[in-house]
Amino acid sequence: MIYRSLFPRDVFAELDRLQREMQQNFRLSPSIRGIARGGFPAMNVGGTQQSVDIYAFAPGIDAASLDVQIEKGMLIIAGERQRQPSGEDATVHIDERFEGRFRRVVTLPDDIDPNLVDAKYTDGVLRISVARKQSALPRRITIQ
Amino acid sequence: MSEHSQVTKPSPSDETTLLPPVDVIEDASGITLYADLPGVPRDKLHLQVEADTLTIEGEIDLEMPGGIEASHTEVNLSRYRRVFTLSKELDPNKVSAEFRNGVLKLLIPKAEHAQPRKVEVKVA
Repeated sequence: MIYRSLFPRDVFAELDRLQREMQQNFRLSPSIRGIARGGFPAMNVGGTQQSVDIYAFAPGIDAASLDVQIEKGMLIIAGERQRQPSGEDATVHIDERFEGRFRRVVTLPDDIDPNLVDAKYTDGVLRISVARKQSALPRRITIQ
Repeated sequence: MSEHSQVTKPSPSDETTLLPPVDVIEDASGITLYADLPGVPRDKLHLQVEADTLTIEGEIDLEMPGGIEASHTEVNLSRYRRVFTLSKELDPNKVSAEFRNGVLKLLIPKAEHAQPRKVEVKVA
């Protein structure tokens, strides 16, 4: 009879394995500027031939207090989310939402035009669209 | 996207969803719940109170240019869902909701009979 322990011999090795497996599953590559996931605001980045589009999921922020900058090929999004005021006799049962100052930095590709940026804040999502340089757009060459 | 999508689309209850972060604060008059649902327009937010179950559901609807290719994704699902069980001193008929900039604020008042009352202590 093969005896199998109910618990793995080395719990830590098992945890390590699990963590590695999870990272592989999510194809998580840690960013040089820190952990990419779990930060506030969460971000999705995508691109088309004409633009690079960044979506920052930052609900409950006054659009005027958002600070968006492009500097040396990096996009910086900063701001603050304030705590909702509550009375003195209030009890907090669940406290999961982010509060405080935040700042996230995204490296932009080389072919963008920092002068052609469009930023919009709708339904708690900040969408920044940076146009690509005209010279970087694909062009059809006519053969004479 | 016609009859075909209906067959493949799983029912909303067993689909994987995003779990929106919430704050729940209680005071003498009732419970205030805040939930972060960024990207959900007002018409795609669904709130339901059935018996003692409160369900918050929302679908993300972002304006995206055609032919966009994702290069980095942190929000990889398009639906939020979270369910809470209300306790019996709360009045499910008087829930009021506000939804602004992707933040939902729900006020769930306590039923009349459950409001705190000061009990006077007489000194004999």
